[in-house]
Amino acid sequence: MNTLLLVEQGLNGLQLGVMLFLMAAGLTLVFGIMDMINLAHGSFYMIGAYLTATFAPLLDSFVLGVLVALPLAALVGMAVEMVALRTLYRREHLDQVLATFGLILFFNELVRIVWGPQAIFLSPPAWLGGTVEIIPGVPYPAFRLAIIGVGLAVACFLYLLITRTRTGMLIRAGASNREMLGALGVDVKRLYTLVFGLGAALAALAGAMAGPILAVQVGMGESVLILTFVVIVIGGLGSVRGALVGALLVGMVDTMARALLPTLLRAVMPPSQADGMGASLASMTIYILMAAVLAWKPRGLFPAHA
Amino acid sequence: MPDFNKRETWAVLIGLAFLLALPPLADAMGKGFYVTLFTRILIFGLAAVSLDLILGYGGMVSFGHAAFVGVGAYTVGILSWHVFDASPVVTWPAVIEGTENAFVVWPLAALMGGLFALVIGAVSLRTSGISFIMITLAFAQMLFYLAIGLRKYGGEDGIALYTKSELVPAVDLFDRTTFYYVCLAILAAFLVLCRRLVGSRFGMAVRGAKVNERRMKALGFPPYRYKLTAFVISGAAAGLSGALLANAAEFVGPAYMSWQRSGELIVMVVLGGMGSLFGPVLGAAAFLLLEEWLADLTEHWQIFLGPILLFVVVFARRGIWGVIAGPDREER
Repeated sequence: MNTLLLVEQGLNGLQLGVMLFLMAAGLTLVFGIMDMINLAHGSFYMIGAYLTATFAPLLDSFVLGVLVALPLAALVGMAVEMVALRTLYRREHLDQVLATFGLILFFNELVRIVWGPQAIFLSPPAWLGGTVEIIPGVPYPAFRLAIIGVGLAVACFLYLLITRTRTGMLIRAGASNREMLGALGVDVKRLYTLVFGLGAALAALAGAMAGPILAVQVGMGESVLILTFVVIVIGGLGSVRGALVGALLVGMVDTMARALLPTLLRAVMPPSQADGMGASLASMTIYILMAAVLAWKPRGLFPAHA
Repeated sequence: MPDFNKRETWAVLIGLAFLLALPPLADAMGKGFYVTLFTRILIFGLAAVSLDLILGYGGMVSFGHAAFVGVGAYTVGILSWHVFDASPVVTWPAVIEGTENAFVVWPLAALMGGLFALVIGAVSLRTSGISFIMITLAFAQMLFYLAIGLRKYGGEDGIALYTKSELVPAVDLFDRTTFYYVCLAILAAFLVLCRRLVGSRFGMAVRGAKVNERRMKALGFPPYRYKLTAFVISGAAAGLSGALLANAAEFVGPAYMSWQRSGELIVMVVLGGMGSLFGPVLGAAAFLLLEEWLADLTEHWQIFLGPILLFVVVFARRGIWGVIAGPDREER
């Protein structure tokens, strides 16, 4: 195993990590503030990817496509919050799980009706289409570097938003005591809708950035949603910092396992079996990680209201 | 002694009579296809009741229940595959040949379901609330990926079974009606077992742990142990339903363990009525019939199913059984 490959896989892990963070931040914010578990979060990811894949060619610019897609996805998110989820905040988590499970079926079918069952391809902007030589001899796709950059920028933006602004103060206050916040004259309903829209936009951004790497297809949100759950459970529910740490951890572990396990297994079994076994063991690694973390710290690494 | 003054008793009797009469009626009407559909309903009913045992009575929201169904199905599938392949399943420490004897594979499927539930439950029950939902989901995903990795047994494509399990030479499970009645008998037996379980000291302890775990502890009941036992019983029944499903579909694949399947099982329980024994069976019937009916209507049936689920969750809290059994259900 050479160092260059490790560096490349490390960057891939970082890239997956920041994308998972974009997903996890919205999900964990909604969870932390509204005590709401939203399975349909993956649908915003899918919608973001589809909207970008539609507008980018129309506007002849990937960036403009994303800039149009994000507010639209935020609007979809806010509409969903107002129509369907608002009634569920005070319900059991089971009800929320079921209702949002229904939403997944709805959105998958809606996308299938609007865009058809075939996967769509989204190309990265031309100026990010090439590769960059990060260290001599390791060419790395520029677009993936851009994802890392955008993800880290969003992490900084969220940090500043939550710790330095009035909105952030309200968000934090809403997480600890919503009645008190309402009594102080804050429109809690509107705050929730806005946070939900923000979460949807972040998920859509993740989807838009993932579009050129993966195929844009129906159901693409589900696998990433489950990864995101692993992230926020490892990080501690409701904690944005935990989401960041969890996302980077999961991104790294998952990528490394996928890169290394088949090779390691080839040493002990025939290649054809090693590849199959290695791939499925690699898929299992993060769940094993999650089980280990929970066995050690049942509330995750950074519990929000410790 | 059943109490004939209760709506519940009548509902169960009418339901049972309907299920008993269904195959001859369907055949007489030339709609034999309904026998197959209702066999699926009975099998999913068994899985849903097993889930309700922990979900409705124990308050454990297991989002990975399909994993146990899948484990049972794969038990049947793998043993059958080896019969066809004429190779032993295991050569060490003892040689174990594949088999299609239902008296062997069905209990084995239940045993495997229970074993997996023991391991998964032992870890998952350390947590509660959302974390429990997530960790059961994660374990189910692990098994899902493991099944995909089993290249020898078809990997992503699964195993097509060439024969059904054999019960006894005289009972031909290939016969649709016979298989239907076998499934009905198994479901009825499990319901009777559950009825006794729920009313027993053990059942009371599990239900008590749902309401107030700390109080149960103070009373001297270790909730963890009781909950884990319920989890294992539930996993075993789900494994058995998986074995029946494998026989019914003559196919086993990773999709049996997909998280959507787990979600559907929860939907069946809630749709039928959580915390009741017959509700989940009704829920399974309602879900599969709705699916069938909507799929007939339009290929985009899920666009209706989703909002219907949302609607049921928001407005019909007690499910179908709550409507049938009447307002007195909460007291018992």
